[in-house]
Amino acid sequence: MQASQRPTVSVNINSPSSIRETAAPLEMRMTVSKVNFFYGAKQSLFDINMGVANNKVTALIGPSGCGKSTLLRTFNRMHETVKNARLEGEILLDGKNILAQDVTSLRRRVGMVFQRPNPFPKSIFDNVAYGPRVNGSEAPISETVEKSLRHAALWDEVKDQLHKSAYELSGGQQQRLCIARALAVEPEVLLLDEPCSALDPISTAKIEELLVQLKDLTTIAIVTHNMQQAARVSDFTAFLLVGQLVEFNPTPQLFTTPSDPRTEAYITGRFG
Amino acid sequence: MSAHLRWRKFVSAFMLTMTGVCAFISVSVLFFILGYLVFHGGTSINWDFLTKLPTPVGETGGGMANAIVGSAKLLLLASLFGVPIGFFGGVYLSEFSGSTTAFVVRYAADLLNGVPSIVIGIFAYALAVLPFKHYSTLAGAFALGLMMIPITLRSTEEFLHSVPRALREGSMALGASKWRTIARVVVPAAYRGIITAILLALARVAGETAPLLFTAFGNRFWSPGWNQPTASLPVMIYTYAISPYEDWHRQAWAAGLVLLALILIVNIVARAILARGTAVPRS
Repeated sequence: MQASQRPTVSVNINSPSSIRETAAPLEMRMTVSKVNFFYGAKQSLFDINMGVANNKVTALIGPSGCGKSTLLRTFNRMHETVKNARLEGEILLDGKNILAQDVTSLRRRVGMVFQRPNPFPKSIFDNVAYGPRVNGSEAPISETVEKSLRHAALWDEVKDQLHKSAYELSGGQQQRLCIARALAVEPEVLLLDEPCSALDPISTAKIEELLVQLKDLTTIAIVTHNMQQAARVSDFTAFLLVGQLVEFNPTPQLFTTPSDPRTEAYITGRFG
Repeated sequence: MSAHLRWRKFVSAFMLTMTGVCAFISVSVLFFILGYLVFHGGTSINWDFLTKLPTPVGETGGGMANAIVGSAKLLLLASLFGVPIGFFGGVYLSEFSGSTTAFVVRYAADLLNGVPSIVIGIFAYALAVLPFKHYSTLAGAFALGLMMIPITLRSTEEFLHSVPRALREGSMALGASKWRTIARVVVPAAYRGIITAILLALARVAGETAPLLFTAFGNRFWSPGWNQPTASLPVMIYTYAISPYEDWHRQAWAAGLVLLALILIVNIVARAILARGTAVPRS
């Protein structure tokens, strides 16, 4: 994909208003403003302002412990499953504050795939069917399952063994199963928390390919510690460092002409 | 070889032998009991023993059909009463309660587990026998059920705790509520362990005599109803074993063998069923 075809946004991270200005040409599905995050007394995110563009892939990169996973987990309020976690600020999904919504319906709209494949101890079919069943979907369940597995590029590999245990799949297949499981509830936004970190290179390549295809279907935000991966799959990249958003820009721009010297230092491998 | 080295080799060999002998002794106690039971009771087990009522004193033959059925009824009722309470209590401890509550409940459960069974029997007698003025199957099952609660509760808690957090998060991230997550993912992931623990609890109370002595009491005939006294294998063993009759002694041994065999069968069947499900790999 060429950079010239992509809508360009210039984002000054220190003023949240600039995101709204640039949101006009480029529709933002989610907007994060002035987010501060605490684990007990320890603050781990400082005044984060950014957006997740509609039908694009947004990558969060940074060294270990920079808060990128923490930030991602606030997008569907998974942080609330941790004791003593506290969030300040505002996160909008389609212009509405997610913190004021019912958490289960929010998570239906903002799905998540985790670092390690975490299929349920059920059959492949029942794994994918779990979300629609829990949410009382009206659509015929086997169609939903097939559609989701196709979207996750797993259908051809498992169509003859849908009733086998999910644990009989390889790690990469399990992760694609988890993606299919998340897609089955047709989320508007799909969050991926280092989805390839436990996988081999071939499985990783498959998932990266998948992400690019899934853009038409949903909006994606991905945390990765792998800069090449961010460069390959994402349209926008946010670089975090010790809980602060250093730079948020279109991916080609961030990787070729970073506006912050710290970003440059990180992507050229001087630390992290 | 220096004397010191020789001494060290001797100590090593001595300790190895000693631990081996102790391991052997503990296993052989079990096999000794089993063998002794089969030796004394095996000959008295026949179709009559399993299907007939006890005969009047002095008459040989007869069986313990009423005690076998009585024990089954007692255990069924005890499970219906004790298992749900223990199970849901365990779910609460593992999934909902704060650490202080959990500590108090856990401690209380451990204490309850340590209460002598005769005391449980007196408690059940006071609560379920005295007000109704007669012994009953229900009272006996109440006493046994009480004993099952702490075992079920603690093991449910333990096994739910061992379910990886990633599974809970996976479910919550799909928009499942906490209760749905527990019911559809966490408990199914832990159910093998929980059921095994329930079976152990069942096996343990199946052999309890003391709580039944003044609750279910005993009966030489078929128990006429749930609210009437009933025979049970452990009490039957107790009565027969302390009797002066040679024939009754043999039947007591046979009853012991039947009790053991029943527990064994329940265990094997349950394990066979459990082997079919999907286990969660330990992370």
